[in-house]
Amino acid sequence: MENSSKHRHTIGILVQNVPGVLARIVTLFAGRDFNIENITAAETHEPGLTRITLVTTGDDHILSQIVKQLNKLINVIKVFDFRDTEFVDREMALIKVRAEAPTRAEVLRIVDIFRAKVVDVSPHFYTLEVTGNESKIAAIIELLDQIGIVEIARTGKAALARSKKH
Amino acid sequence: MKMKGAQIFFECLKREGVEVIFGFPGGSVLDIYHEMPKHDIRHILVRHEQGAAHMADGYARATGRVGVCLVTSGPGATNTVTGIATANMDSIPIVVFTGQVPTAMIGDDAFQEVDIIGITRPCTKHSYLVKDVNELARVIKEAFYLARTGRPGPIVVDLPKDVIQAQTEFRYPKKVDLPGYHPTLEAHGGQIKRAYQLIKKSRHPVIYAGGGVIHGDASEELLQFAEMIRAPVTSTLMGLGCFPAEIRDKKGKRSPHPLWLGMLGMHGTYEANMAVSNADLLLAVGARFDDRVTGKISGFAPKAKYIHIDVDPTSIGKTVEVHIPIVGDCKNALQKLIQTAEAEPVEGLEEARAPWLEQIGLWREAHPLRYAFDPQIIKPQYVVEKIHELSGGDAIITTEVGQNQMWAAQFYRFTRPRTFLSSGGLGTMGYGLPAAIGAQTAFPDRLVVDIAGDGSIQMNIQELMTAVCNCLPVKVAILRNQFLGMVRQWQELFYEKNYCGTCLADSSPDFVRLAEAYGAVGLRATKPEEVEPVIREAFAIKRPVLMDFLVSPAEGVYPMVPAGKSISEMLLT
Repeated sequence: MENSSKHRHTIGILVQNVPGVLARIVTLFAGRDFNIENITAAETHEPGLTRITLVTTGDDHILSQIVKQLNKLINVIKVFDFRDTEFVDREMALIKVRAEAPTRAEVLRIVDIFRAKVVDVSPHFYTLEVTGNESKIAAIIELLDQIGIVEIARTGKAALARSKKH
Repeated sequence: MKMKGAQIFFECLKREGVEVIFGFPGGSVLDIYHEMPKHDIRHILVRHEQGAAHMADGYARATGRVGVCLVTSGPGATNTVTGIATANMDSIPIVVFTGQVPTAMIGDDAFQEVDIIGITRPCTKHSYLVKDVNELARVIKEAFYLARTGRPGPIVVDLPKDVIQAQTEFRYPKKVDLPGYHPTLEAHGGQIKRAYQLIKKSRHPVIYAGGGVIHGDASEELLQFAEMIRAPVTSTLMGLGCFPAEIRDKKGKRSPHPLWLGMLGMHGTYEANMAVSNADLLLAVGARFDDRVTGKISGFAPKAKYIHIDVDPTSIGKTVEVHIPIVGDCKNALQKLIQTAEAEPVEGLEEARAPWLEQIGLWREAHPLRYAFDPQIIKPQYVVEKIHELSGGDAIITTEVGQNQMWAAQFYRFTRPRTFLSSGGLGTMGYGLPAAIGAQTAFPDRLVVDIAGDGSIQMNIQELMTAVCNCLPVKVAILRNQFLGMVRQWQELFYEKNYCGTCLADSSPDFVRLAEAYGAVGLRATKPEEVEPVIREAFAIKRPVLMDFLVSPAEGVYPMVPAGKSISEMLLT
């Protein structure tokens, strides 16, 4: 049989931007007990088309079903199954971190190391913007959490296949 | 010329060849009903909207065309949900038009407002909320196209009241433009070749046919190919009629088709389940390896290589791993297999197949479908056998769900597609009577019989009034065992004979008087010798007839594969 161990998968979905299209995708996942770890959706450069990036977990069998079931939705134009494709993925996180006198410098050092940006400053807090792949976001969160994260908002992943090099 | 949305609605339906609408009016669809008398489309007024959806479904199953129903917003719409889910599970093309509150009021919890698109999203092939009258014609065109193409299914079109009141120029699009919808109909030539090589090598093949053969109009091809490779054929409940259980000689004498195994699965025949269990090749055509067919997956056709033909890629590899998947229309795939077989016939086929067919014959002889005739009390199987005999095997049979459905499947020997209409996937009690009415609407001169139980018939008994009012002479045969029989059977076998909630003794109406109250004819048989006269009389009456057969309460449906067991582990009595 196929690889039956569970792992995370990133799927790109190009859809017609019509009312209810996201609901159809979410309903499909809920109704068939598929998992959504995160999901992002936004319009593309082409009018009427929306690109969704979705991260799910499951074994190969489940992933195959997910891809087929997505393709079956009438408003889904194309499904990008990144299993056998190199792809780039990024997400952005806004992180509000406690920044009192003793920790301000440390926060700024972390910002520097991770090439993040301070986008809002107040007497007790910094709000940081950081972009990167999953492991980078996880790493900065781990470090900042020791200082004191107050709030966090993440975009979820956006992913595109890498272009062929030749 | 400008037209109102309501008029556009009928112009579109006319162009789709719609001849009948099953419906029930209400505030949100009054503009459509106001417009209706100007158009040459028959309207069947139902007594409950669930009935309307099942009638559209029965009409679609019997004809192969799209069935249409029209209901109002709110409860009118929610009442169709069971019918929509039934059609969805069995891949039946229907279009359900629901009224909706005016667009400006959507979301305000207005009177009789419900988000029917949201409610039905998981049980439709697709759905539309029409927010602009300029989209109406395109949406209706797409709805019918989606319903009947690819893997068919139900489509809901939600029509806000202001949209059907608004005016616009009417233009019916010539083509649909659905960039995300391109069902694969053409079977892949390479896969067909690989499949045929496996078939050629196989010594113990079995063809496992499903409802897809009927939807795909592929029965003739199935018969031709099965006879070419001399492979025995079994079918799912949904597939019954796709392969002739009987053949007739020139004098009209009927005999069993030598390659027909009967239905497989939980209540399948011994020979079908044994043949599948010992097959070295399983050719699945338009079937989806449903749990009621496979039993325990690891015990299903364990020695076989699987070839799976289906128009829906999600059905392939969903529950079982398949060696040769073939995505495509059943008719197209079978035609290609036939061409391949013609070019490359199997040598010495007769001798090669003889031991396998002989073995199957032995299984059939050892445990044929049977029941013990009792001169004192009517056996339900006897009633089905008599209905088969006296209808010449040519009736359209609908069923409710439970024992009545299984006995109909086992003892009526179907020979043609679209003659067995039953809720297979969802298992909807209350399906049979409205489905029979839908089929009778399409074929007013044919014999249509609903084989029912005393439990399930009451789930939509009100539609007897619809049959009477519209002069639709459906026949209902109630196998009254005074129990919710199939549930009772499970309680007997697996729940310590604790018959909780299943006894209907002395708690059903007098069905004969009930039929008369509706203006139908009621007939009753309480002894075996009365069965035949009652059926003969019913079939001779050109009005709706309800037959009440008091049958043995203890009778069970056998063979039976207990849930979770392999299909070779059958209880035979």
